Amino acid sequence: MKISEVPQERGINPENVHEVCYAVDESGRYVLSDSAGWEPKNIVNEQAWEIVKAQVQAVLEQIRAGKLSPLAFHMAKNQMNTGLLSRYAGFSHWRVKRHLRPAVFRRLKPDVLRRYADVFEITVEQLLKAPDNANDCFREIRL
Amino acid sequence: MKIDFRHRQSAHCESGVSSNLLFHHGVNISEALAFGIGAGLFFAYLPFIKINDLPLTTFRCEVGGILKGVCRKLGAGLHSRRFRNPEEGMAALDRLLESGIAVGCRTGAYWLPYFPSAYRFHFNMHNLIVYGKEGDDYLISDPVFPEPQVCSARNLMKARFAKGALAPKGTMYYLTRVPGEIDLGRPIRKGIKKVCSRMLKTPLPMVGVRGIRFLAGRLEKWPERLGKPKTTLYLGQLVRMQEELGTGGAGFRFMYAAFLQEAASILNDNRLDDLSRKMTQAGDGWRKFAFIGARQCKGRATETDSFGAMAEILRDCAEKETAIYRELQAIVKNSD
Repeated sequence: MKISEVPQERGINPENVHEVCYAVDESGRYVLSDSAGWEPKNIVNEQAWEIVKAQVQAVLEQIRAGKLSPLAFHMAKNQMNTGLLSRYAGFSHWRVKRHLRPAVFRRLKPDVLRRYADVFEITVEQLLKAPDNANDCFREIRL
Repeated sequence: MKIDFRHRQSAHCESGVSSNLLFHHGVNISEALAFGIGAGLFFAYLPFIKINDLPLTTFRCEVGGILKGVCRKLGAGLHSRRFRNPEEGMAALDRLLESGIAVGCRTGAYWLPYFPSAYRFHFNMHNLIVYGKEGDDYLISDPVFPEPQVCSARNLMKARFAKGALAPKGTMYYLTRVPGEIDLGRPIRKGIKKVCSRMLKTPLPMVGVRGIRFLAGRLEKWPERLGKPKTTLYLGQLVRMQEELGTGGAGFRFMYAAFLQEAASILNDNRLDDLSRKMTQAGDGWRKFAFIGARQCKGRATETDSFGAMAEILRDCAEKETAIYRELQAIVKNSD
């Protein structure tokens, strides 16, 4: 790849972020060259986020149908499954699974809720709520 | 407190950390040299290991292998330890910083607040250097960012003790001594040797150049075996592994070409210059593959972008690389 071929196709990188990649200058020497991004990378990263978003959307529908608690939303939004969440929160796997049931979640003690909120870096009030649309929670990621 | 540390941006975190830590101790080696001496170049397609339900493809050696390799070959002392207790891990970091030692840490990417949100995945193989602490904030030299960063104690602790696959468990490391005089010749040759034998002689069909051909064979059958939606996911994941933040382009092939070029002038051997150019061509092949692969994902593939054609590109890369490693092997064979 020549320096002139180093792609500058900004996609998911914010304005102030650039990557460096290796490219050859006119005399054939390798140099580090700044790149704002590359379209193929933007496409596949976007695809990875679409998967997360689709999972969140599916969970939100189940919450609305009364089958899952808001905890399921925060778990999906943070790209976790019950296994990973149980390790972060320090609860056993089956307890986390139980907390996904709306009826159980509603009766959880404040210190249990606190622990989940700390994992997700949110407040307990935020933990009790789930948005209507998955798009709302991925706004900061420019797709 | 703040240690005088020079931050240099690099393409890949582990080779960047290796190069910057050594530079801090007076050993001036570039990222590409650290990558080459540490024998970072690799290939394996491991469909039985799944990340987010998608098969693992790797273009580099095991995590920590580059740093360990480069230190051992240069004769530098590396002390590394991990922790069961997060508070203890942070206290140990503070004590080292107090005594003026810059410390490398393995972390997860998800909890680092300075990561752009689009890069925040549960990826546990990130490396960075902590070079100071001001109040409750740590001063961080993260090699893939242009400028030094700041991270709160809470977030750094969470990142160092991230959970999940390949959890870092608070791993931290620092250099204990560096040799006064360094002859780069022998480490370079040893690094090349290791990459060649791994790529040519690993007796597993999914590893090395055989692995590239194995992937080509599998990829060809994806559309009929997996169906369209899943094929797209498999392909997207593959392209991400190859080009994602940190490889310097083409799954580290360009970085290795840069290494071979530096090696040519250090060893005064222009055959390596020639092989560097050939490696660049192999890298260009990989880039072409990523380009078509992404177009395929986006549903913009043209007639000529079939899976058969993509497999051919991979086979061509495998062939080019095989020739390169054979020649490299012949060059370094008769040295120590």
